[in-house]
This record gives sequence, C-alpha cells and structure tokens, in this order.
Amino acid sequence: MKILVAVKRVIDYNVKIRVKADGSGVETSNVKMSMNPFDEIALEEAVRLREKTIAKEIIAVSIGNAGCNETLRNALAIGADRAIHIPVDQDVQPLMVAKILKALAVNEKPQLILLGKQAIDDDSNQTGQMLAALLDWPQATCAFKIDVLQDKARVACEIDGGLETVDVTLPAVITTDLRLNQPRYASLPNIMKAKKKPIETLTLDQLSVTIRPGLRVVKVTEPPKRQAGVKVKDASELVDRLRKEAKVI
Amino acid sequence: MTIQKKAQTSFNWQDPLLLEEQLAEDEKLIQTTARQYAQEQLLPRVLESFRHEKFDPAIMREMGSFGLLGATIDGYGCAGVNYVSYGLIAREIERVDSGYRSAMSVQSSLVMHPIDAFGTEEQKKQYLPALASGEKIGCFGLTEPNHGSDPGSMSTRAKKSGNGYIINGSKTWITNSPIADIFIVWAKDDQGIIRGFILEKGMKGLSAPQIEGKMSLRCSITGQIVMDNVKVGAEHLLPEVTGLKGPFSCLNNARYGIAWGALGAAEACWHASRQYTLDRQQFGRPLAANQLIQLKLANMQTEIAIGLQACLQVGRLKDQNRASPEMISLIKRNSCGKALEITRMARDMHGGNGIADEYHVIRHLLNLEAVNTYEGTHDIHALILGRAQTGIQAFSA
Repeated sequence: MKILVAVKRVIDYNVKIRVKADGSGVETSNVKMSMNPFDEIALEEAVRLREKTIAKEIIAVSIGNAGCNETLRNALAIGADRAIHIPVDQDVQPLMVAKILKALAVNEKPQLILLGKQAIDDDSNQTGQMLAALLDWPQATCAFKIDVLQDKARVACEIDGGLETVDVTLPAVITTDLRLNQPRYASLPNIMKAKKKPIETLTLDQLSVTIRPGLRVVKVTEPPKRQAGVKVKDASELVDRLRKEAKVI
Repeated sequence: MTIQKKAQTSFNWQDPLLLEEQLAEDEKLIQTTARQYAQEQLLPRVLESFRHEKFDPAIMREMGSFGLLGATIDGYGCAGVNYVSYGLIAREIERVDSGYRSAMSVQSSLVMHPIDAFGTEEQKKQYLPALASGEKIGCFGLTEPNHGSDPGSMSTRAKKSGNGYIINGSKTWITNSPIADIFIVWAKDDQGIIRGFILEKGMKGLSAPQIEGKMSLRCSITGQIVMDNVKVGAEHLLPEVTGLKGPFSCLNNARYGIAWGALGAAEACWHASRQYTLDRQQFGRPLAANQLIQLKLANMQTEIAIGLQACLQVGRLKDQNRASPEMISLIKRNSCGKALEITRMARDMHGGNGIADEYHVIRHLLNLEAVNTYEGTHDIHALILGRAQTGIQAFSA
C-alpha cells in the first residue's frame, strides 16, 4: 500500500505569535517554523503502518515556499521514503491545497491519504474533507485509532462526547487527531540517512492545477487583553454588580 | 541622496545574531531531536536526580536509541554527524543539566573516540556498537589523586608481563566509573611512555568506588578507578597512540563539546531570569523594569550570543580539520567562565527563590563550578593561550 502524507510548515507551537503592525497577518520572519503537529501524527501513523508491513511506501508532500524543504527533510528523517515539494508563493488556503493534493493523488494513486485534522496556524479543519469530496473518496476525520483491513480501514473518530467507529473502503482520506499516537523523535542515524533520500519539486504547471485564493484576509488583530479582576465586599455587592455592570442576571 | 532602507528584519531576543540561520538542515533536525529529548524526558527527572544524587543508567540507553552517543563516529552503529551537530547536542542536553551532558560527553568523546581513533578494527567492532546503543557504559581515567592539571607526571604504571601488562595505580574524579562496563585508562609503560588501555568490569583487581557528597554534577555519578595488579592481554592496549597526545586528543573533543554545553546551561539561566523578573512584582512593577536587571539581562544575552558564534566558528573549522587545541582552549575557557558568571547573576536575580532547586538556577550554578574546573581549569587554559602568544610556558619553573 502506498500512503500519501501531507505535511504543512507552520510557526512552531512554542513560538509566541506576534501580529504584524499593519494587521495584514502574523510575523513569520526570523520565527522558528516546524511541521504542523497534527501532520506529525499522520506521518507517525504512516510509519507505523509500514512497520506492520501494511504500507510499502510513504510519500510526504508539502505545499508552500522553499522553507518546506526543511519540513520535508524532517519527514524523511522520521520515516517517509520520498518527498514532493510543490512551490506556492502565496498563503495556502484549504481549497487550494485540496485541489493540489487531488492532482497529486491522481498521479501517485495512493491507497490512503493521511493528513492532520487541522493546521495549528489557521485551524481551518477543512482540507481533508474538501480533498475527499474532490476525489469522491470516502473520508474519516479526527482519527483516534486506525486499523487497516485489506481493502478497508476501520477508524475510530473523535466526536463530541465519544468515539464513532466508521469503515471506509480504500482509497480513502483520513485526518488525524491528537490522541492517535505519540510521534517519535527523528534519530540521528535516520536524519543522516534522510540526507540521501530524494525531494522532488513539482510545479503547479506540471500538475496542471491553477489556484486562486477564494478567501481574502481583511484584518488580523491580537486577541483582546484579559481585564484585571475586582474584589467585592460582600454578596449583595456581587449581586448588584452582576446585575448592573455585567448584566448577566 | 540615497534613502537608507529600513531593516527588513525584526530582532529576535532569544537568537540575537540569528545563529539558527547559520545551521544546515540536518544540523537543525539534530538540534530539534536533542532538544525534544532533553526537554521532554530529562527535564522532568532532573530535580529528583540532583536532590538524591542518583544517576539512572537508563538515560544512556535512551540517548543511545536516538543516536546521541558517539554521534560523530562513522559506522559501528553511530550516526556520523559533524562537530557542529555534536556541539548543538551538548548545548541542548546541558540546557537541562551539566551532569547529563557530562555522561554523554564522556561516553562519546572520552571512551568511544579513543577506541575509534586509536583502537584496532577488532576493538572497534567489539566495543563501539554496545557503547553507541548505551547498553554498555564507559569511563575515562586520566586524573589521579596527586596529578590533576599535570597528567604527564602520572603514577599509574603498566608493567610488561609476558604478552600483556600488569596495571597498578588509581584514578579519581572519574565520571561514570562506578557503573562503567568499559574503562579507558592511561598508564606509563616500562619506558615511561603514556599508553591507553581498555579495561573491563570484573577484571581481577579492578574496582571503582563512588565519590559521594558532591555539591556539583549530582545528576551524574563520579568515582575512582583503583587498579591493583590488573592483568590484561595485549589486545587491551590501544595500539595507535603513544604519549600525552592520546588523552589530549580525547580531551580536545570533549572540551569542544563543553564549550557549547556550558552556554546551554547559561541560556537556561538567562531565560529563567528574564521570565522571573518579568513576572515578579515589587514596588508595584516588575523587577525587569529596573535598570539594574536590564543591564544584567543585556550582559547575559551579549555574552551568550558572542560565545555561541565562537563555538560555531570553531565547530566549522573542526569539521574542516582546521581547529587547533588553542582555539578549543579559548572557547572552553570563555564559555565556562562566562556561563558561571551568568548563573551566579541568575541566582542573584531570583532573590531568595534562587536558592531553591525548583527554580533550577542554583543547580546550574553548582554544576558550572565543576564544569569550569574539569577538563582544564579556567586558569590552565589561560596558560595554554599565554604560551601560544609569548612562546614561554608558565606551567613549571
């Protein structure tokens, strides 16, 4: 089985996000970037499927600027067999990514596409669903557990209040949630081996995909600062202020 | 008239000179692996380990599983990374604790390196894979009770006997010795020439008592090596080196790692001090609002940023085989001295809380007292640099 794993390059989860002064976006220059943690989980799952000899080949793909090569090198060090970089200079939006991944899936014919349920930068949680729709493949989202059984996958999905188990026939798109697995660290010998693995660059032209942004960012602002608390003398003042100031009772 | 372009970049206080940008892809990945391991798996146990002076040998196997032991060696189960990467690993491990870095340095630079550089093919095949995986633990015996900075006058003797040798003497301040399986020991032969030997746990006459009550490096275990008529065959001799250059080549590698590592500890203290003085309110405002605090933070940032640039440069030269021992003396001395000063400042900035172990800075301070002393004291490295520029050695009359 061939698995395609999409990995997005995002601002590292440890970095304190700063909004650009002109409100056009967030500061990304001199900021540590890394692989979207949900995609790391997707990649780990793919590597485990290969260790169980269910998967034969893992292809990592990343869409975005040249920095994506670093993210792909990381994917190769964790266990992908080869990688594809698709250069895109603008901000990548879910529908664009879904269209690009669809074109790639038509070329590569994977039996499974794994990707994080969302990226920690825009938190869209849309790409996997859009991709499945465009390919007309079954989908399982927010995977908690994945069992591959011949021509189908049994996936326990996280839903509000519990787990829902669905069977999807392959090929399928599965998006991964936080509790699916604990991703491994890339060991030093594997980092060194990854230097020799290939990263291919495929342009949008080569994939015959045209993209245009369907979303326009109007303004990015910092979340409002939390107001300091106040102390009240007694219960009657509390009730009074809840009624008059907070207007909650 | 030309209009000066506004700088297109913002200042990153944590990485003021953009060291990160100077690293290659694989170096960054190696740094990330070391940092994740250190922060996620070492940091949570460091307080208990230091408080109770306990070293968990499982740590060696963990490090081995990620390829962090003997990482610069090519083959025999090792990753074959460059020296810049080795430095980055030391910095990340020591950001948590100098004791953990010591355990890693000893295994890598002082045990695996001499076997790789001076051993026979059989010795390499026999010892390196188990040392790389952390399944076997090694130690390095050079310092003796009466011979510290002056190892050339060592008392340990290897007397030729038949095909092999009989070794007598004692070594002290030996990291890992009480739990070691493999001992690299330096001794003088019948001609008074220093030779290296690989001893193994369980050899008759070999013992390694622990030194207790250290107030520094309590996360790593330290002991003596006592050799009372230890008989070894010729296959235990490291054949490819004679004289002080054997142990000095090992120390050179280890000192290079220490230069990076000490700055990792300093960075941890700097970041902790910044956060503490931002959070701690006195007289109605954060401590960090005081000029005295900001001056200290600026000094810490400056010394660390400059020190790391120096380490990186020596690392790049080392990777081209162009780093001289004097360069390594320069960065080992600078990093350790400055880091010690920074940890003392950090302790001070934490006020009374600074003496509590849960704030970490006192632990780094105590550790750096040893790091500034071992593998050539601050003063001894000054003498090396003094000799190199005056042509006059000041070690002895």
